[in-house]
Amino acid sequence: MNIVVCVKYVPDATADRKFEDDNTVDRVGVDGLLSELDEYAVEQALQFREKREGEEITVTALTVGPEKAVDAVRKALQMGADSGVHVVDDAIAGSDYLGTSLVLAKAIEKIKADTGADLVVCGMASTDASGSVVPAMLAERLGMPQVTLASVVESQGDQVRIKRDNEGSTEVIGATLPIVLSVTDQSGEARYPSFKGIMAAKKKPLETWSLTDLGLDADQVGLSVAYTQVEDTTARPPRTAGEIVTDEDGSGAGALVDFLASKKFI
Amino acid sequence: MSEVLVVVDHADGEVKKPTYELLTIARRLGEPSAVFFGSPEQGDTVAEKVKKYGAAKVYVVDDAQIKGYLVAPKAEALQQLAEKTSPAAVLLPSTFENKEVAGRLAIKLGSGLITDAVDVAEGGVTTQSVFAGNYTVQAKVTTGTPIITVKPNSAAPEEADGAGAVEAFAATISDVAKTAQVVATQPRQSTGRPELTEAAIVVSGGRGTGGNFEPVEGFADSLGAAVGASRAAVDSGWMPHAFQVGQTGKTVSPQLYVANGISGAIQHRAGMQTSKTIVAVNKDPEAPIFELVDFGVVGDLHTVLPAATQKITERKG
Repeated sequence: MNIVVCVKYVPDATADRKFEDDNTVDRVGVDGLLSELDEYAVEQALQFREKREGEEITVTALTVGPEKAVDAVRKALQMGADSGVHVVDDAIAGSDYLGTSLVLAKAIEKIKADTGADLVVCGMASTDASGSVVPAMLAERLGMPQVTLASVVESQGDQVRIKRDNEGSTEVIGATLPIVLSVTDQSGEARYPSFKGIMAAKKKPLETWSLTDLGLDADQVGLSVAYTQVEDTTARPPRTAGEIVTDEDGSGAGALVDFLASKKFI
Repeated sequence: MSEVLVVVDHADGEVKKPTYELLTIARRLGEPSAVFFGSPEQGDTVAEKVKKYGAAKVYVVDDAQIKGYLVAPKAEALQQLAEKTSPAAVLLPSTFENKEVAGRLAIKLGSGLITDAVDVAEGGVTTQSVFAGNYTVQAKVTTGTPIITVKPNSAAPEEADGAGAVEAFAATISDVAKTAQVVATQPRQSTGRPELTEAAIVVSGGRGTGGNFEPVEGFADSLGAAVGASRAAVDSGWMPHAFQVGQTGKTVSPQLYVANGISGAIQHRAGMQTSKTIVAVNKDPEAPIFELVDFGVVGDLHTVLPAATQKITERKG
């Protein structure tokens, strides 16, 4: 059995994230790393393997992104994935949801043809675009059951059950492998790479693929053929400093209520 | 004028406020048609509600074949409806589920998708708030039928007369769309408080509550507010995940947000930074949340909030 875990290299959320002149996300000038929310996907892929002792299971970490994006795959390998694939091609830059999901789906199909892909695991969202749509789009493109936003994952044989928090309810979703699974940050703490894991990762196979390797043309993806266009990006003006009072002898509550009343909230 | 499909946000036939916001926005792009996934018996009741906000048509899609499976059948039904009506746009309330429906629909229709818009102007230019609210992005769908998911509180609902003509739409759901089955559904118990994402006022608690949310809830009730929680409070098991405000929970944009015992980490800010007025109560004068506030109290929430609650109750007499 082979598990493909999709990982994204994103600008560090604690850094000063910004846009390029062409309104695409600056993915080079800002320090990047494996999206925190994809660590949960790697964790669940590894747990899936560990819970099935005796079965031959490999975990392949897949990323699409610029050269530095290989760091996201490396981190997944350090955590315990067995092999990595990095799809890199200048023509991919500026792809929107449709372009990104197309490249990922083609890469998964290639992995499937080589080693199989019985389970595709994704994080619940990227920490930069926060769309939460790519896992569903992968299920659509691959024709696989969509089992997404899992806070709890359980499996037995080829049956997978998850718990999913919806707007007004919690649902149990069931499906049969192969599936596309996405997991939330509630699914379980992600492990840190051990020293041994970091050393071992250096020897793990890591392939680099271009669009040609996926049978895609440059004019099928990227900014120029995106289905959406960003017209403008503006930094939000910093909030003007507010009034801060220190609570002494119960004065804080009165000041708070006076403020709320002055703004007509009471 | 072209139709604009608006997916109705409802709980068991009870139409929710974001529906009226979307219908208001849809009128800038064309003539709104509401799309109701639910029980056909509720179609007329829903039509009565949505026609007051300009819905010319109400497509009733019987969800008997749909509700037992995750996301895929809804996307198929919308695809078929879009192919029949050639709409100017498809608008959906921005929930996790609807975003997934929209993603699959975008592939089916070969159309551009914009998620989490906080405004849609005439001509279809959307506004999004990104990077934890630090940037505002203006964008447009350039290929196919614009598919846009819109966040709650993105427009003030404005009434307008619509014909509200009910039309049953029979969707054909393929077997491929029925592969992820809803095995069980556990409705969440109502708290009796406003819905977190729709509320005008949100009062949240974090690590500083120490697990005691009573002061936060009491204060929220005195203001008629929804209650939220930080990730720290949820991870500690003090509040269910449904109450989490932040990157991996709900994004809220109320008139007033009150953060209590919340330090203001980037994950939390991502979920509340676009609130109109922000107030914080925190013991730590160095907490980053104070950089965002219009008004802040450096103090213990366990003493400040009950005292403030009492004063508000007295004022209301």
